[in-house]
Amino acid sequence: MTEFLQSVLGYEIGWFVATLALILLIALPLMLAVAMIIYFDRKVIAAVALRRGPNVVGPFGLLQSFADGLKVFLQETIIPSSANKGLFLLAPIITFTVALLAWAVVPFSEDMVLANINIGLLYILAISSLGVYGVVISGWASNSKYPFFSAMRAAAQMISYEVSIGFILISVVLFAGTFNLNDIIKAQEGHIFGVVNAYGLNPLLFPMAVLFLISSMAETARAPFDLTEAESELVAGYQTEYSSMSFALFWLGEYANILLMCTLNAILFWGGWLPPMNVDWIPWFDIPGIVWLFLKIFFFFFLFSWAWATVPRYRYDQLMRLGWKVFLPISLFWVFLVSGVVMIDKFGWPL
Amino acid sequence: MQVFAFYLFASIVIASGAFCIFARNPVHSVLWLILAFFNAAGLMVLVGAEFIAALLVIVYVGAVAVLFLFVVMMLDIDFAELRAGFMKNLPLGLVLAVVLLAEIIIGIGAWSSVGTGNADAAVGLPAGGPSNIEALGALLYSKYIFLFEAAGMVLLVAMVGAIVLTHRQRGGVRKQNIGAQVSRRPEEAIRNVQPEIGKGVEL
Repeated sequence: MTEFLQSVLGYEIGWFVATLALILLIALPLMLAVAMIIYFDRKVIAAVALRRGPNVVGPFGLLQSFADGLKVFLQETIIPSSANKGLFLLAPIITFTVALLAWAVVPFSEDMVLANINIGLLYILAISSLGVYGVVISGWASNSKYPFFSAMRAAAQMISYEVSIGFILISVVLFAGTFNLNDIIKAQEGHIFGVVNAYGLNPLLFPMAVLFLISSMAETARAPFDLTEAESELVAGYQTEYSSMSFALFWLGEYANILLMCTLNAILFWGGWLPPMNVDWIPWFDIPGIVWLFLKIFFFFFLFSWAWATVPRYRYDQLMRLGWKVFLPISLFWVFLVSGVVMIDKFGWPL
Repeated sequence: MQVFAFYLFASIVIASGAFCIFARNPVHSVLWLILAFFNAAGLMVLVGAEFIAALLVIVYVGAVAVLFLFVVMMLDIDFAELRAGFMKNLPLGLVLAVVLLAEIIIGIGAWSSVGTGNADAAVGLPAGGPSNIEALGALLYSKYIFLFEAAGMVLLVAMVGAIVLTHRQRGGVRKQNIGAQVSRRPEEAIRNVQPEIGKGVEL
């Protein structure tokens, strides 16, 4: 598409228009996916709680999210009189924008990637570390005590788990030898005896896969780690003072972030757009890679909602202990272990 | 396109730096500082140092500035008191400003007397060469390995020192024993009693 537009519109303008179109091609389906995944989330949680879940709007309640969206769109935006107005409105915008930004480097299949950059994983790490600003700014700008508590908790929680996520990512990068997400996926092709396309099933990396799944739940503040919006103590956390579209932006951003974390799980440990096994006698390679990626994302999202519906919320000291005293030492030790194994694999035993 | 992006980033860096100083509210100052960091990262990308740019965002924006914000938000801010120290610190500030200005002037003088050298050569890495990260890693882990490790040791010592200085045993604190909590079984935690009417239960 870029070449075609460049031939029509000239080099620079063509590139600009093509990139803009590709961004929309990612962002709009993503919003649609968020709407449907919210519906799915509510259905799964309802099923675990032996309820029906949304079933009124549209067939099987499929249009529930759109009805909710329309509802918040028509509501009045209320800004508390003591709030810091500019920052109060800026915070949901930051959350939403940052949640969309990271999708620029996600490879949907071998050539379907907007920006195939060398430092893809670092870019995602950088962008996801920005997510905390939306929460912190909203908590402070609301000028209200529960949002403020929530912002403090969110800042502490996200920083704690980002440290161990960083170490987990490093062990994957050591194995793959690159920061490029597409190359990380390709490095997983036939990783185990030339058959299984997944780092996650490597006994050395399986613990890291589990740690990453749990850390990504904590990083996105999903239950059981949703201390930032624990309704029994903090009303609705940092979103307490928000209404209408500003609230909806938080919601959309949160779910886009959760989808991103599911995608990262699929890409880093479970082969991304590769089919699960590298064999010819099953016609798996005829199915386009994007379908495999979506199936994997869907599976991980199911795990997220399953955990939400099953596990009770952590206490705050337990959350911090898990991050600093359990995950951090294990992942740090694993970086040593993995680099040793990679070293022996490449250069043989020392001495 | 690149020139346009450069002037955009550069002017935002300078403007947000100025706002960072002039903002009355410390929280706004920190937010302007973050914007400055972010645009500095944009400048790094423009000269082809994408690894440095990513590190700038991850370390400074993602961790250091969050902690700044964390601390500044907790402060009980008295604006009058903030203004009061202004005249007292003015001479020191002026001295610093003069020193920095002199450094810039000397730097520009040296640069213009020696000639532009490589400064106006095409930026960015040659295509097909090692990537940014590989080149940096090869240099750090071979030529500068001792300096690199020394820097790591300094950071480790600083971290241990900070923990030792702030860690203190407080009396009257009930500590959570997670092991005991996890290994607790229903038999130890629950009692079934049938109290007599009017007697109540002893805990």
